[in-house]
Amino acid sequence: MPMNRRSFLQLTALAGGGLALSLYRSPLARAQGPEKPPELTPQAFIRITPDGAVTIMARASESGQGMRNMLPMLIAEELDVDWKDVHVEQADLNEKVYGRQFSGGSANTPMGWEPMRRVGAAGRQLLISAAAQTWAVPAAECTTESCRVTHAASGRSASYGEFAAKAAALPAPDLATVKLKDPKDYRIVGHSQRGVDTPAIVTGKPLFGIDVSLPGMLYASIEKAPVFAGKVKSANIDEIKGLPGVRHVLVIDGGITPAAYTPWEPGMEPGIAIVADSWWQAQEARKQLKVNWDLGPAARQSSEAFRTKAAELLKTPPENTVRRYGDVDAALKSSAKVVEATYQYPFIAHVTLEPQGATAHWKDGKLEMWSTSTLPADGCKLVAKTLGIKEDDITTHMVRSGGSFGRRLQNDYLVEAAWIAKRVDAPVKLLWSREDDIGHDPFRPGGTVGLKGGLDAQGKITAWRHHFVTYGDGKHATSGGGMGQDSYPAGFPPAYALYTSMQPLMLRTGALRAPGDNAYCWVAQSFLDELAYAAGRDPLEFQLDLLSNKQMPWSSGEHDAVGDHEPTGQSVLIPERYKGVLELVAEKSGWAKRIKTPGRGMGVAAWFCHLGYFAEVADVSVDDQNRITVHQVWAAGDVGSQIINPNAAESMAQGGIMEGMGHMAQEITLEDGQIQQSNFHNHPLMRMRQVPKIEVYWRKTDYAPTGLGEPTLPPTLPAVGNAIFAATGKRIRTLPLQRSGFSWA
Amino acid sequence: MLTKLNVNQAVATVDVSPDMPLLWVLRDVLNIKGPKFGCGIGLCGACTVLIGGQAVRSCLTKVSTVGTYPVTTIEGLSPDGRHPVQVAWEAIDVPQCGYCQAGQIMSAVALLEHTPHPTDAEIDTAMSGNLCRCGTYTRIRQAIHQASQDSASASKS
Repeated sequence: MPMNRRSFLQLTALAGGGLALSLYRSPLARAQGPEKPPELTPQAFIRITPDGAVTIMARASESGQGMRNMLPMLIAEELDVDWKDVHVEQADLNEKVYGRQFSGGSANTPMGWEPMRRVGAAGRQLLISAAAQTWAVPAAECTTESCRVTHAASGRSASYGEFAAKAAALPAPDLATVKLKDPKDYRIVGHSQRGVDTPAIVTGKPLFGIDVSLPGMLYASIEKAPVFAGKVKSANIDEIKGLPGVRHVLVIDGGITPAAYTPWEPGMEPGIAIVADSWWQAQEARKQLKVNWDLGPAARQSSEAFRTKAAELLKTPPENTVRRYGDVDAALKSSAKVVEATYQYPFIAHVTLEPQGATAHWKDGKLEMWSTSTLPADGCKLVAKTLGIKEDDITTHMVRSGGSFGRRLQNDYLVEAAWIAKRVDAPVKLLWSREDDIGHDPFRPGGTVGLKGGLDAQGKITAWRHHFVTYGDGKHATSGGGMGQDSYPAGFPPAYALYTSMQPLMLRTGALRAPGDNAYCWVAQSFLDELAYAAGRDPLEFQLDLLSNKQMPWSSGEHDAVGDHEPTGQSVLIPERYKGVLELVAEKSGWAKRIKTPGRGMGVAAWFCHLGYFAEVADVSVDDQNRITVHQVWAAGDVGSQIINPNAAESMAQGGIMEGMGHMAQEITLEDGQIQQSNFHNHPLMRMRQVPKIEVYWRKTDYAPTGLGEPTLPPTLPAVGNAIFAATGKRIRTLPLQRSGFSWA
Repeated sequence: MLTKLNVNQAVATVDVSPDMPLLWVLRDVLNIKGPKFGCGIGLCGACTVLIGGQAVRSCLTKVSTVGTYPVTTIEGLSPDGRHPVQVAWEAIDVPQCGYCQAGQIMSAVALLEHTPHPTDAEIDTAMSGNLCRCGTYTRIRQAIHQASQDSASASKS
């Protein structure tokens, strides 16, 4: 739609977008933009035409988390229009205008809650001022509703559209002091609003990255080494060039030097790009490729060697102390009982259902990209750097993606598409196959944790010591492989120590939904369950009791956490909120009256991450062949005062639980540096027949609303694992389930 | 090779290799983008279309094997997007990312065609070949039951 400047609400010099942003000290956010966020303006987000049609811009990328609803709903609420009349339009990348366009860390709710509502309220105030001037009545006497301004005393009422042009010429209200609605008056927020793209999805409209289609477009596929960062020595390129439909064969030298520490976005992987008239032809040509690879040092890696090394490291003194208080060793020594356990979890892949890909067009020195990135500003910077062009010469269109789960925070596929496009005289769509996607994922790193917990004669925790063996160069843990120094139960046991050691890893890794927490919650909440049983206490009561201990000061910011673990440190864990969700889930699941029979049991777990609190109870049965059926999961969540879009929120919670179950049977392994998994048969997702009944409950508390993408997931794994223990007496200390002798029914 | 197809009640002639999978003929030759690519080996169901009324994985179906059987993609389910399954999917707001949903809907349509009032067990059997990475299964099940009821009440009236 062409932009008509006169139809914009003009407003300048508005402040107030920065509070939540600057508090969210995500390393991702730090990495991607200026510290000072831009001043947001309603003109950037709201368009009202003279006929009263309302368009609201969605600034964040959409990959199924509901961002194209949630943020525009906040604007629409305060603008006082009817949601059914709002057209949502996806913004291109332009952080100078829209602020952070970043979908990750469950951060859009806390980042957007205040600024987006203020943008909407400022727009409403301008329209009122314009109406008051037109009618020569006091602005304070005007009211609004459903895209209309009304002055009751004089009996006048007109559509916003009539004042849009006039409002544009008025001075700006102060965004920081503009009046916001009382939440009890909300007509959009807190009411379920169907996904703005749902009608298009159910009719098969082209919405996704893979659906982008441009005149004269070519299709690209890239063959990469079976080992991370392996380089092309030689290949039958001339032969491939002669195959049907093939237009270009390009050797990518890449920019990665394998090393003990593999950082976030390590660079382009080497490979051979085949550009053809159709993607299928490019794929067919790939089958004929004969490449002589220089596999490099990563070819010496194997899962077995990783396991052996981790076991060695666990036996040796830890390399780093991340956090320690109290005399943990003395406390263990004087404990009535000490429980020891080693937990191990594997690498896993993101497997977004839409494989990675992007479309790019290089023309007349300018690059246009259609990107599914959830960190598009990073993508733009990386493309500019890799191609040696200016960011100002790049246009990034943000396209809906078929899932991210953290995968699309990295921009490797985008850079590849741009690199190819710059060498080809046509628009190019790059698409990875599923095998490419699993073989070259930025994996969630595996880990091994050795734990010791002490109990006194009354069955109370005396000490918690753990030695976390992860990957990295000894100082920096590989991306997504860290652990927060404040992760629960830190702060609650009277004596505590978190130590780490690292082994080298030459592999791309990264954030997977609830990074760090998706693994550590399983470890910590399973081990707490072990301690509760060892103490002869009810696991839920045991945990409530632990949360009643005096809490040690929160340490975020004092230590540099291990690696780039997504910090939970925007706010401190509040025990009352943690207890609140535990108590609510206990009530809803009938925890106190649960039936214990051989082969069937219930397990509980709770977690605080990404500013949200979730407790879950799983009801599980295990048959005589150790096949697991999860009958039901109850979830209780506390994400603050307001569930912005309740139907979508419930769906997000259900999805997080399904993903948590999925993680339990997934595993990526390496032999000779080669990933052994390739598709959904050996890196499975949950299927319809395995789905439990899921009930989701909310505990509303007097805190600003926070996000739901992540915190629902972590408790699922230990809740199910603890239920398996309740049912069988067998403790799952190694994931995937198969490595502990279990499987899904 | 010229191949004649009957897609969404229209005849389309394409000049492609007989080995080319129907999915890619639909998507990249005929510009019918509803069927999605997810795995390429029939494990995820994102590419599901109806061929002669049966739910089929178009990623594994060579175009030369389709013959004269009518092919229906999500775009051809109804002229106005108001097929009872689409209506139920929209009312319940099933999708999260939405990428698998065209395939889910086509499998559900085929199920309801043969089993107008499926039990949960029948839904499990019919739908377990369609993966949803976001985990919207609870809603998919709910939408199938609702579509089943809506179809029944529509046929009574």
